[in-house]
Amino acid sequence: MIGVISHSSKEYVALAQLHSPVPRERLEEVVKEFTGRIYQKPPVRSSVKRVLRIKEVYKIEILEYEGTFALMRVDCQHGTYVRKLIHDIGEVLGVGAHMRELRRIRTGPFREDTSIRMHELSEAVYLYREEGREDMLRRAILPQEYIVSHLPKVVVFDGAAAAITYGADLAVPGISLLSEGIRRGELVAVFTLKGELVALAEALMSTEEILASSKGMAFKTKRVILERGVYPKTWKKKEA
Amino acid sequence: MSEGVKFLIELDRFAGIERRYVVKKEGSTDPSFGKPPTARTIEELLKYGVINLDKPPGPTSHEVVAWVKNLLGIPKAGHGGTLEQP
Repeated sequence: MIGVISHSSKEYVALAQLHSPVPRERLEEVVKEFTGRIYQKPPVRSSVKRVLRIKEVYKIEILEYEGTFALMRVDCQHGTYVRKLIHDIGEVLGVGAHMRELRRIRTGPFREDTSIRMHELSEAVYLYREEGREDMLRRAILPQEYIVSHLPKVVVFDGAAAAITYGADLAVPGISLLSEGIRRGELVAVFTLKGELVALAEALMSTEEILASSKGMAFKTKRVILERGVYPKTWKKKEA
Repeated sequence: MSEGVKFLIELDRFAGIERRYVVKKEGSTDPSFGKPPTARTIEELLKYGVINLDKPPGPTSHEVVAWVKNLLGIPKAGHGGTLEQP
């Protein structure tokens, strides 16, 4: 399930150093050219094949610009190399640039402002073990459902949840409620009415199409998370 | 609004996304099966939970995962993101 996270968008704060100063307007202009779909060749020292790839940069914001130092916030598709992005911005500026520092501030739904530090986790474990206090540890260890918190959601009846754990796809009658605006092909998270994650699935119908239908396959099951047997089977076996 | 739906809205809030929901068909869930994620025990959370941990610079993700496993006394743990090594 961790794949959902590694394949989600990322946000960084990066410190770039230009090799010569340029006017801020010029920097803003070039940065704008690097938003949207960009071509990027992974750097020499990288973990993927070095072929030109298309990556999407959703937003670059210059937070501070002083002398030759530019502090920027980059919101981008997974697999975008920020070091390379800065190098390439330097090339287009004509002065050259390199990355001095990098901090990831968001991975999918997990933002820096909701993160905990190692010493806080250590303290939470101590309070739980030595004093039997659960509150801090409960704030530290979140239910697995948070991993898919950024995805559109579909809530199903108990019987449909059981069927999905046996590999079934999700048909319209099994759906109780769903997020607005789901498009065909989109990855969604399927939940029980109690809020338990059942599976990850791909939409075969849009929200509007589902609302307008009384039958048909609505979601193709991609990955089952809920264990079998948590909800009982409600369908009958075919007579032999 | 059911507890389950409240929890989903809490997930959306956590992710910083506001989503609207549409009801296809009202229904209820049998309380004798399953349970809300918020009712899980610490042991259950340790088995299938997630920590949004702020990794300091210095130790590798691999080292931090080993530290977390040891701290929590759990056999399995993974991580969802590695930054390139500078």
